[in-house]
Amino acid sequence: MTSNGWLQILLFFASVLLLAKPLGLYMVKVFERTSTPFDFALRPLERLLYKLTGVKEDEEMGWQQYAIAMLIFSAATLFLTYAIERLQGLLPLNPQHLPGVAPGLAWNTAVSFTTNTNWQSYVPETTMSYLTQMLGLATHNFWSAAVGMALAVALIRGIARREASTLGNFWVDMTRSILYVLLPICVVYATVLVSQGVVQNLRPYDTVKLVEAQSVTTTGTDGKKTTTSIATQTIAQGPVASQEAIKMLGTNGGGFFNTNSAHPFENPTPFTNYLQMLSIFLIPAGLTVTLGRMVGSTKHGWAVFAAMSVFFFLGTTAAYKAESQPSPMMHHVTQTQGNMEGKEVRFGVANSALFATVTTDASCGAVNAMHDSFTPLGGLVPLTNILLGEIVFGGVGAGLYGMLIFVILAVFLAGLMVGRTPEYLGKKIEAVDVQLSMLYLLIFPLIILSLAAVSVLAPTFGTSSLGNQGPHGLSEILYAFASAVGNNGSAFAGLNANTPWYNSSLGVAMFCGRFLMIVPMLAIAGNLARKKIVPASQGTFPVTTPLFVVLLCSVILIVGALTFFPVLSLGPILEHLQMHAGRTY
Amino acid sequence: MKKTALFNPAIVRRASVDALVKLDPRLMMKNPVMFIVEVGSVLTTLLLIVNLTRHEAHQGFNLQITLWLWFTVLFANFAEAMAEGRGKAQADTLRRAKSETVARRLRADESIEEVASTMLRVGDLVVVAAGEMIPGDGEVISGVASVDESAITGESAPVIREAGGDRSAVTGGTRVLSDQIRIRITSNPGETFIDRMIALVEGAERQKTPNEIALNILLAGLTIIFLLAVVTLQPFAIYSGAPQTVFVLVSLLVCLIPTTIGGLLSSIGIAGMDRLVQHNVLAMSGRAVEAAGDVNTLLLDKTGTITIGNREAVAFLPAPGVSADQLADAAQLSSLPDETPEGRSIVVLAKEKFNLRGRELATLHATFIPFSAVTRMSGVDLDGRIVRKGSADAIERYIGELGGSFPREVREQVNEVARSGGTPLVVADGNRCMGVIQLKDIVKGGMKERFAELRRMGIKTIMITGDNPLTAAAIAREAGVDDFLAEAKPKDKMDLIRREQAEGKLVAMTGDGTNDAPALAQADVGVAMNSGTQAAKEAGNMVDLDSNPTKLIEIVAIGKQLLMTRGALTTFSIANDVAKYFAIIPAMFAGVFPVLGVLNIMHLATPQSAVLSAVIFNALVIIALIPLALRGVGYKAMSAEALLQRNLLVYGLGGIVVPFVGIKLIDMVITAIHLA
Repeated sequence: MTSNGWLQILLFFASVLLLAKPLGLYMVKVFERTSTPFDFALRPLERLLYKLTGVKEDEEMGWQQYAIAMLIFSAATLFLTYAIERLQGLLPLNPQHLPGVAPGLAWNTAVSFTTNTNWQSYVPETTMSYLTQMLGLATHNFWSAAVGMALAVALIRGIARREASTLGNFWVDMTRSILYVLLPICVVYATVLVSQGVVQNLRPYDTVKLVEAQSVTTTGTDGKKTTTSIATQTIAQGPVASQEAIKMLGTNGGGFFNTNSAHPFENPTPFTNYLQMLSIFLIPAGLTVTLGRMVGSTKHGWAVFAAMSVFFFLGTTAAYKAESQPSPMMHHVTQTQGNMEGKEVRFGVANSALFATVTTDASCGAVNAMHDSFTPLGGLVPLTNILLGEIVFGGVGAGLYGMLIFVILAVFLAGLMVGRTPEYLGKKIEAVDVQLSMLYLLIFPLIILSLAAVSVLAPTFGTSSLGNQGPHGLSEILYAFASAVGNNGSAFAGLNANTPWYNSSLGVAMFCGRFLMIVPMLAIAGNLARKKIVPASQGTFPVTTPLFVVLLCSVILIVGALTFFPVLSLGPILEHLQMHAGRTY
Repeated sequence: MKKTALFNPAIVRRASVDALVKLDPRLMMKNPVMFIVEVGSVLTTLLLIVNLTRHEAHQGFNLQITLWLWFTVLFANFAEAMAEGRGKAQADTLRRAKSETVARRLRADESIEEVASTMLRVGDLVVVAAGEMIPGDGEVISGVASVDESAITGESAPVIREAGGDRSAVTGGTRVLSDQIRIRITSNPGETFIDRMIALVEGAERQKTPNEIALNILLAGLTIIFLLAVVTLQPFAIYSGAPQTVFVLVSLLVCLIPTTIGGLLSSIGIAGMDRLVQHNVLAMSGRAVEAAGDVNTLLLDKTGTITIGNREAVAFLPAPGVSADQLADAAQLSSLPDETPEGRSIVVLAKEKFNLRGRELATLHATFIPFSAVTRMSGVDLDGRIVRKGSADAIERYIGELGGSFPREVREQVNEVARSGGTPLVVADGNRCMGVIQLKDIVKGGMKERFAELRRMGIKTIMITGDNPLTAAAIAREAGVDDFLAEAKPKDKMDLIRREQAEGKLVAMTGDGTNDAPALAQADVGVAMNSGTQAAKEAGNMVDLDSNPTKLIEIVAIGKQLLMTRGALTTFSIANDVAKYFAIIPAMFAGVFPVLGVLNIMHLATPQSAVLSAVIFNALVIIALIPLALRGVGYKAMSAEALLQRNLLVYGLGGIVVPFVGIKLIDMVITAIHLA
């Protein structure tokens, strides 16, 4: 680790800290529908949208209505994206004349983008037309992020309101998320990206002549070796900057190109790299401030921010330390930079380790280095981040509501330990709330562990996709399902997931990881909204102090670690120990 | 009620038998955590039997694991049986009091028939004379008697029960010591106070309380998560080439699921009720005990709770032109025949301060004029001398009628006394105003400290009094209560409770009179005094057998202690898992992957000894924590923050450290005696 590396990490974190408050307070205005500086331009547009769609903006919804609206919207956009993918061959803006996407893959991709996962079983530049990328995928990036924000705000309202039966209006919350938050930031952000060299055009791919022709020898199935000389290269391009902005800001992570943010057209400079990481954390960090303000306890918002920061620094430190060590397997090579395998030279170890931590702290899934090539402990960090539920700032909206479920558990224990029936910001936490929270927490390991368990036992369709055996193979399978259920979308690579089993099981995993968890969460919100608020007293455990932060972190660690420690000990931990004993997979 | 030793041999014997009876799966189902352990034990037992015919490795180890799994279940059952046993012992004492008695029932024509007490129904009239047992709960409708209620209160001093007023309720199973009373029966057999008490202390029909249900769900959820983690571990182990035996997997599961709190949860609840009973408080529901821990606002009657019932003279404030001696003399004269505590205190004050000896009324040829509601004065008529004392308004009017004048300075003194929380009495000798006697409420000793303690718990105290706001404010200040309700009528009390509840607060109060009943019913915790009326006892959700209004403070502490014990043991139980992982995971896989031996940070001797030690620790810790579960964790009034910090350190950090030490020690022992 170098002081320069740490300086960059601290600069990044300071920027998050600095921007959280202004953005958080702005979002309070957006969601409480008070006046914002952009009303003059956006308000007429917003009204027009409601008029066209028949949304009554003052009509409030109960939690069931809210959930149904969210599900209808998700289903509609899911089918729309599926249709665009299938029909892209007939549609314009397809300079490469790409055919319609195959049904299984189209379905997997539509689910993946609807659930804010952006797991990509395909190579974008050879599969998706410009129209599909823009109309199918980039729009989904806005929608799924806006849905996440709406859901988080619904939960916040549930906590803040007293004896209320409604949580707000889903259509209004979503529309305002897009119009007032996502779109304005993206317009500016995309422009800055273009200035740094991110491409933005609708031209067909260029073919360029290589300066130095390369010969490649391949061995055919019959064992015959053929050597071909390659003299040209196809340069893929397209409307990248506009999609890149929302890909990061909406914690979506689906790359325009296969190599995602490692590609120079997506992420050309260290400055764009810094901006991309910053934009992942921007809204989730701001939402903690929104939470604090809307529930009337600014300090509570910061306490949640602090707990998230603890895990951020733990993860970053561990990943950076692991990656800056030379690989013991290559002791004959000079490795002053640390483990550079799978990393871009323009980012280096510090910014790759930081990016990997940030993208999995949140449910983004964009990558600027190959997680598969990290050292075992370096790879353990992103995996653990996902397994803890991606609550370190987390996905847009999803991170906050995931964190709040842990907060409910923490205050339940704390309440008991101070001799009161537990309450959270004046709301009594009762059997129903505990039941729904446990359901939320249960779905996550249930799907990851059971699907991974089936996969490792099936040589025909499970382990046959593995690129590596032993503990590294286990990590690959575990990572894939964790990434899908956690709606992260990053891949550990090494696992060929474009098979019927993985396409379908990962599809189910993404679907359950999103919607099966949202419904209990909204039910909690609805149940909390109905309750009275007990005024705080000396006997109430404060949810604003360092002690609360410590308790919250311990609950997250203990629940998460206890669930996944056994399998992790057979995966990355075993691999790390074996590597130092001289064995790799 | 008498205290029972924690490990009374008789109770331990009974509990040991009950622990076996409780193995019935239909009973175990109610406790999901321990039910899983029982299923695991059955599974390993069956496997053990199947393996008998084969040559399996580690048969001895498997046998020991199976035995300790059964012990885990038994220890949890034993804990519950212990808690219940303590209640049963108390119930037996109560049953003796309930032994069938003969009742003398009044027929419509006033003749008496003798019937068994079990034949009595609500509305029957019975006559009970000295030496007889009261046959059922009821209300005295005529007569007055002294009653020995030691059977339910443990208090040997007899109490007075009389018709009308707030001391009319009698309890079946208590004995009349003197006189004869007529009672209207107010409960049917099987529903009497003693019946309810027996049911409560036995915990037979114990309903799970809301918080207990919530905690149970949390524990069940954790259990499912761990079940999932262990069940899916086998495929991962097979993939890695290190499959595990069922014995080891069940051991891991039992060690991970929260058996410590799962095994002790119901004991904690029963013991909480038991602690209340030992404080002579009967809670009609466990919900009320939990609510007590949450109370935000405490309503306390001034008289009898905050102040000793009587006022006391503390100063003589003479009118202009009157000496203090003269005033004291007149005051004492007017009070000589006055037998009220206030009157006596005036005589005593005059004696102490001015050395005026009490004079015999007879030698003075005085006539005593008692207090009347019309004149609102009392006093004496001597030979030619008429001395009166009374409220300022009454005396002013009286002097005015006699042609005297009421000095402005006296009016000011009167206001000053009222402002300072005292009650002013004005003395008149003929038509001359002599001055003011300052009477003062006496705040009970130690109240200020108790209220400070309540404040630290986050509980607001409100004093209820019929006094005027000035007086009330002064007493409130002196006693250290946070707020007061002056000139309170029963309806005001009700409104106050409703107002507090509308803000989301939980309210506790005590009461004894029939006019308290609506407020007692409205309050979240309503403690009725046992000496009170039947209506009050029916309305409240607790009854204090000692009739001590300050008992509320203990009740709150017991409620908090109950919840804290649950929280502390839950934290402890979950924190324990960390050490168990470090014992069992390396034991499972270090055989195939020696590098994983680095996780064996306790340096346990062999994989078998490691697993066995963890299982044994897990079982023994239940036994070790029974006293804590029954006694409850220590509670001192302090802020929630400080309390949590302490409990997190003791039970959270302690919960992580203790099993490392415990498992290591057990490992050393079983290795030394070659068990594994």
